[in-house]
Amino acid sequence: MQDFMMLFRSEENPTERPSPEALQAEIKLWEAWIGGIAAQGKFLSSEALDYTGKTLMADGTVTDGPYTELKEIIGGYILLKATDWDDAVALAKGCPVLSAPGGKVEIRPIMDLG
Amino acid sequence: MLLPNLFRTEYGKIVAVLVRSFGIARVGIAEDIASDTFLIAAETWGTKGLPANPTAWLYTTAKNRACDLLRREGVFVNKVQPELQRAPTTCGIDEPDFSPAGFKDSQLRMIFALCHPELNTETQVALCLRILCGFGVGEIAAAFLTSKDTINKRLSRGKNRLRKVMTNLELPADSELPTRLDGVLTTIYLLFNEGYYSTGTATNFRRDLCADAIRLTLMLTRNDLTDQPRVSALLALMCFHTSRFDARLTDNGDLIDYDDQDRSLWDERLVRQGSRYFERATAGGAVGRYQLEAAIAFMHTSPNPGPDKWPNILALYNRLLMKAYSPVAALNRTYALSRVHGAQAALNEALKINLRGHLGYQLLLGELYVQLEDEKLAQYHFNRALTLTRNPAVRRRITAKLAGCNQA
Repeated sequence: MQDFMMLFRSEENPTERPSPEALQAEIKLWEAWIGGIAAQGKFLSSEALDYTGKTLMADGTVTDGPYTELKEIIGGYILLKATDWDDAVALAKGCPVLSAPGGKVEIRPIMDLG
Repeated sequence: MLLPNLFRTEYGKIVAVLVRSFGIARVGIAEDIASDTFLIAAETWGTKGLPANPTAWLYTTAKNRACDLLRREGVFVNKVQPELQRAPTTCGIDEPDFSPAGFKDSQLRMIFALCHPELNTETQVALCLRILCGFGVGEIAAAFLTSKDTINKRLSRGKNRLRKVMTNLELPADSELPTRLDGVLTTIYLLFNEGYYSTGTATNFRRDLCADAIRLTLMLTRNDLTDQPRVSALLALMCFHTSRFDARLTDNGDLIDYDDQDRSLWDERLVRQGSRYFERATAGGAVGRYQLEAAIAFMHTSPNPGPDKWPNILALYNRLLMKAYSPVAALNRTYALSRVHGAQAALNEALKINLRGHLGYQLLLGELYVQLEDEKLAQYHFNRALTLTRNPAVRRRITAKLAGCNQA
């Protein structure tokens, strides 16, 4: 087993606010996908990220909303275990971000610094 | 029936108060005094009739015997021992406190001691059954399909270990309390499940076990230290399950499928009680594993569920698995999936979860293949299931399912 992080990337419009019902339905989709991973005993943790943000530059300046120039945004992540790369890719299939505009799942193994 | 009932409720309390007074090193003496007390009661009440207040009589008798012993020990510890070794030893024994507050405090300390993380799970369960619930070694051995000798060894190893890690039923430090409470809840839940799901033992034993698990959890809700939302959640969960206790068993102890149960036997009173505890459990907004499990259990208490029942249960299992993985939750999620999305979708998910050595997994696969009309594979998995259980009632059910496959 190897630990992986998956980053959820999409080109969703950050200013669009879904209705509470749509949000609930969205949460159900995510729980269903993560539930399938958890049922295999492979789930570690996951968070969704708010679309607001700030960026600290090396010179000390802080900018609001770093996403104005980028079309793509990271909407969240999941930490999980997978037996190998094939398994990791199989687990990523069905991730709800894939139905979003420009949605993709970036799969990265956690580096073992042990 | 009075004395056996009193034994069930009072034995553990008396032992706890005595151990609180004597220290954990003398737990054997405490058990002897408690047993003797009931022996004397059986003899005296048989010849002289019932005392006006039987429990008070039991407490007085236990206290007198304990005090006799303390006096003898006092003489030994204070007068004889110093002469022998010149090292003054403090007696360190308080008179046992048989007041309601004394019981409350001692029982709480006792359950934390018996669920000490230094003891393995099966030892914790055996000690709780013996010392807190007063079950006989024979009954415990039967429940775990093992010998009295094995249980006796397990009990004495457990007591020896406890003597090494504590002296006088110390409560866990504040910083350890949340983790230690989780340990206590896990063990109580195991006791409950043993009573609720094992079909190998007598119905009365199992009913008592469920009642004891509820009684111990209730005790935790009555102590400020342990009256946490997750404790109320576990209590709610057990009430919801227990509401179907009578409906789910035939007269000879066989399990009746949920869909075939006589709903008039479901106990609405327990469902209402469970709902009250569930409100307490969720009032502060806490959503832990026991709240989720209680919510699922509640879904099963409705005799006339709406179309949302299974989608809701599936969503709750998804959230439960994200909080805490367990094979049983993974299997139940897959079953819920079959109720919402059909057998094929559930089978696809079932094949991804690797629980081949798990009885419930083989049964679930068998059922899914029955629904998909693949009787060969259904038979294969029911036969695998047969190799995974010695329980006669469960084996009868599987054999009946196999016979069903042959007819198809």
